[in-house]
Amino acid sequence: MSGLIYLIPIALLLGLAGLGAFFWAMRSGQYDDLDGAAARILIDEE
Amino acid sequence: MTAHASFAGEVVERSLFSVPGAHCAGCLGKIERGLSEVPGVVSARMNLTARQVAILHSGDVQIPQLVAALEALGFSAQPLNDPLGGQERSASRALLRATAVAGFAAMNIMLLSVSVWSGAGGATRELFHLISGLIALPTIGYSGRTFFRSAWSAVRRGRTNMDVPISIGVLLVTGLSLFEALTGGAHVYFDGAVMLIFFLLVGRVLDSIMRDRARDGVTALLKQSASGALVLDENGSSRWVRTEALQPGMRISVAAGERLAADGVIESGSTSLDLSLLTGESAPQFAAVGDTVHAGTLNFGAPIEVRVTAVGQDTSLAEIARLMAEAGQGRSRYVRIADRAARLYAPAVHTLAATAVITWLLLGAGWHQALLVSAAVLIITCPCALGLAVPAAQIVTAGSLMRAGVLVKDGTALERLAEADLALFDKTGTLTLGRPELVNGASIPAVAKPIILALARSSRHPLAEATRRSLEREGVVGASLGGVEEEPGFGVRGHSSCGHVSLGRGAHAGVLSTSFEWPLGPAVELRFEDRLRPDAAEAIRRLRSMGIDCSIVSGDSAASVAAATRGLMMTAAAVMSPQDKLDLVGRLHRTGHKVLMVGDGLNDGPALAAGYVSMAPGSASDVGQNASDAVFLGDSLLPVAKAVSAARRTMRIVRQNFTIAIAYNVCAVPLAFAGKVTPLVAAIAMSLSSIAVVGNALRLRSAAR
Repeated sequence: MSGLIYLIPIALLLGLAGLGAFFWAMRSGQYDDLDGAAARILIDEE
Repeated sequence: MTAHASFAGEVVERSLFSVPGAHCAGCLGKIERGLSEVPGVVSARMNLTARQVAILHSGDVQIPQLVAALEALGFSAQPLNDPLGGQERSASRALLRATAVAGFAAMNIMLLSVSVWSGAGGATRELFHLISGLIALPTIGYSGRTFFRSAWSAVRRGRTNMDVPISIGVLLVTGLSLFEALTGGAHVYFDGAVMLIFFLLVGRVLDSIMRDRARDGVTALLKQSASGALVLDENGSSRWVRTEALQPGMRISVAAGERLAADGVIESGSTSLDLSLLTGESAPQFAAVGDTVHAGTLNFGAPIEVRVTAVGQDTSLAEIARLMAEAGQGRSRYVRIADRAARLYAPAVHTLAATAVITWLLLGAGWHQALLVSAAVLIITCPCALGLAVPAAQIVTAGSLMRAGVLVKDGTALERLAEADLALFDKTGTLTLGRPELVNGASIPAVAKPIILALARSSRHPLAEATRRSLEREGVVGASLGGVEEEPGFGVRGHSSCGHVSLGRGAHAGVLSTSFEWPLGPAVELRFEDRLRPDAAEAIRRLRSMGIDCSIVSGDSAASVAAATRGLMMTAAAVMSPQDKLDLVGRLHRTGHKVLMVGDGLNDGPALAAGYVSMAPGSASDVGQNASDAVFLGDSLLPVAKAVSAARRTMRIVRQNFTIAIAYNVCAVPLAFAGKVTPLVAAIAMSLSSIAVVGNALRLRSAAR
């Protein structure tokens, strides 16, 4: 049971990291053009 | 349209264009690479989802040049007036953030709850309850604001809506759970409260995304009004000026095929004007020096120079705008089906919870236990499924309709569309295509067609474009010509292998025609008419089979209405002014009809705003599109019938969803009333009912077929 002392904070931190990543992605426009992102990978940059 | 910023010491402007033709990686690469090679362009970024391209360019590159550059790349482009962003989009963002926070919290609390349910006891359970509370309280404060605010504003005005029982339920449950957690009680409902907020927020986000998406689509379509004009300065130079910046007294040049950006008086040149957008009248009108011309009219003939007399709000459109503002007030009285349900639902839930407290108190239970039971009743009856039932069904249908070419502006439009029982159609541009089409293509000699096509391709005149479209559809390959030149006001001339050829002004005034002259035979006359949309008859038939009576209201003369709509078997009212159309819609409403108004022009604007529900074609004026609830794209009229049948299917699914939600309550409420609902039961019941409702809504994916 003493493992909980480490495991619970770790679980919460991982969750918070995920939430933070989502917020970052939203703010930096990752979701603005989903079709474009899929297409852009096919373009060769010279 | 244009924003200013400083870049590397020079003025950089950002302009936005709609490029509806771009749909793949190849187009994207071609546009971005092609534009970056245009002198003066700093960078170009294409958004494939919105089909828009944002161009950063230096101040001396002007909008028409950028449009021309895009045309040269093979894409037709329209400058957009409305820059992206704005408050409604950020409302959607804020909701999404709130949902993400609620989702994160719900997962973590559920993690802790599962270990409690699987048998954690004693100090561990108390610790887990406390941690749950620590996560839940800030989450409810942050993510629940939407509901609390809306509930408070309803209560303050003495009304009730869906958010009132939600807010009371969440607050009561949270308060009791906090008390339980602090005093080491057995059951806390933090997981239920947070999950409830999460599910309800998902419904709100869906609703908001649907509105954003349709609005973006409609913004991308704003194209009929001229977005600017070429202003001639006193010293002979000319510059492009946006519509907002035009001033009375300026002298503007309007090329053939352009729309007027302001009201004015012709100072030089004479031409024929297409007023169909303003009056619905299809026959072109002749205008010469000294005649008054109006914003929104299409210049069909020769280039003219116009002295601006009125701009923006002062134009002749202002009267129509005033009529529309009055007409639109009736529609805001519509109450959404979810709110109508809430009017019955909220009092029922509150009575139930109060009865639970009183019953348990009378049976001798303590305050604490009685309140716990009523909290369980509130959380189990909270309209989780109800909150999802409507938006889930509506967004699935809206997505399906969007693929079928109908942009629905919001959920209430679908609700009202399903109830319509009478349809009024405008003629020009709605039942008909609103653009000239070549009608005597069959009588043109086959050897002449390649030459005509080649001549037509070198002009932007509406009749030349109609000829080009028609011949290209036939599979004609253009001949090669030399020395092609366009003479404004006449037409196009050139040299072919057989000698001198020309395509230009027809012999008959007042009729839409052009004449092709060549050395190998007599002159060929090409005649044009505004044709019925394809599938118009089929669309009307389908609407009738759904019990919707259809008739025509047109500003055009009775003779041309009869000629154009022969074969549709519809009753028609001709020579209707915008005020007449508005009055007709009002009269029909007073006799209990629910009118679906389908129209496109400015003259339809007031009637569109007054209609119980209204639709406009994608080719409609800005005014028409803004006033309507849904916009259909493409030439076919079938989407109108499809939209009505999809809306009716949606309402069937919504009613089924309500039935599911009520059935779930009928099963769960007695359990809650009996005090048998533990947090585990609440969590399972809530998830299952939500999944059932969303799953049922997904059946609408093919609603528009």
